[in-house]
Amino acid sequence: MPPDFFAAALIVARKDLAIEFRTRSAYFSALVFALLAIVVFYFAWDRTAVGSGDLAPGVIWVIFVFGGLLGLHRSFGVEMHDRALDALLAAPVPRESLFVGKALANLVFVLGVQVIAIPAVFVLYKVPLGIEILYVIGLAVLAAIGFVAVGTLFSSMASNTRLAELLLPLLTLPFFIPVVVAAASSSQRVIAGRPLAESMAWLQLLVAFDIVFVYACTFAFPYTLEE
Amino acid sequence: MTRSDASAPEVEVSALARHFGRRRALAGVSFTLRAGDALALFGPNGAGKTTLLRLLAGLLKPTSGTARIEGELLPGTATTRSRVGLISHHSLLYGALTAAENVAFSARLYGVADPEQAALRALDRLGVADRAATPVRLLSRGLLQRVSAARALVHGPRVLLADEPYTGLDAAGAAALTSVLQELLAGGTTLILVTHQLDEGLALATQAAILLRGQVVRHDHTAIADPAAYTAAYRALVRADAA
Repeated sequence: MPPDFFAAALIVARKDLAIEFRTRSAYFSALVFALLAIVVFYFAWDRTAVGSGDLAPGVIWVIFVFGGLLGLHRSFGVEMHDRALDALLAAPVPRESLFVGKALANLVFVLGVQVIAIPAVFVLYKVPLGIEILYVIGLAVLAAIGFVAVGTLFSSMASNTRLAELLLPLLTLPFFIPVVVAAASSSQRVIAGRPLAESMAWLQLLVAFDIVFVYACTFAFPYTLEE
Repeated sequence: MTRSDASAPEVEVSALARHFGRRRALAGVSFTLRAGDALALFGPNGAGKTTLLRLLAGLLKPTSGTARIEGELLPGTATTRSRVGLISHHSLLYGALTAAENVAFSARLYGVADPEQAALRALDRLGVADRAATPVRLLSRGLLQRVSAARALVHGPRVLLADEPYTGLDAAGAAALTSVLQELLAGGTTLILVTHQLDEGLALATQAAILLRGQVVRHDHTAIADPAAYTAAYRALVRADAA
């Protein structure tokens, strides 16, 4: 009896994470990029002109987007090598479950980078370590859900082309704008010590983005695979 | 249709056609196979053999015509797809995973009980159990092909689509694969075998067909009694087509 929708998604996610754990290529690339970006921004920072609370959110979300893109590119890259994707598509599981599995693995990847990068930004930029860091991590989780939904879909589309590395950022970055604007604005207010109520509209935007794009991308995914 | 209905077709292809833009890859292909039948498909590169197998595996949709497996119209349901196995000329494997992990992953997707043990049994059947713990990126082309065959067979498919399964195999590997395919055929599995190696294809085939430019130009509905004459006829057809 073939596995049900979520069981199939977990099988695919587990396989993707096993490959990443074995090779660690994309994760270390993303982590090195994140730490390098944190250091570069730190040395370019004029403390007399910009406060740490104003700079830190920008650094976090730049790392989030560009570090995450490294993982998204790998997501379908491993399927195209020796056409492993064909075996996945021929399997007796819904194609939507393949998407959810890949998106889950990407979510773990993106959050795995952020769980190191966000505390590093807080420490290096001397942002007070209080409840704010938990709020920013919560925002990263919300932002990551929409980010990987859109990114996984476009990764599958771009992987079939010879210009995958160029196309993926070109296709995805416009879609990431609402996520980045909402997450950066919200985290900037919280780090600056403003009341949480000021961030609620941005939070609602993030949640709405997640709901709409998780559904839309899941159901659009099978159509991106047709030749 | 039930499994006990031995006379019902296992694979039924009717006027199947597939175009890629303006290019016609397959046109008006029809055939019927029953349980235990083996169709050997021959043809030069670009004749449409792989396209036909990809259509039957549910990886492509036909432009026109129909294909049925066990009476169900393709691409079919999950149940239909669970009855089909695909060996491609690509390995369809993940280089970073071991041979056993690759086969077990496939077993899980097909809902095979105890996937790890099933993977080891499948690898053993193809004579590569000793490489179970080796990442497949470290395997030779021939060993990779055997692991690929194990992946396709781990769930016990009723219909096996084999696209150039002998690619890269040495004599021992080819013999192991032929022996497994013969066992499967004896057990009632239906085989569609695409190969450039006419001897190996004809040794297994209960039917043989030649594809040229997407069309079946010759279809023998019985096993070929004289492989040498068939090979000569095939070469003449290909030459005439190329001229």
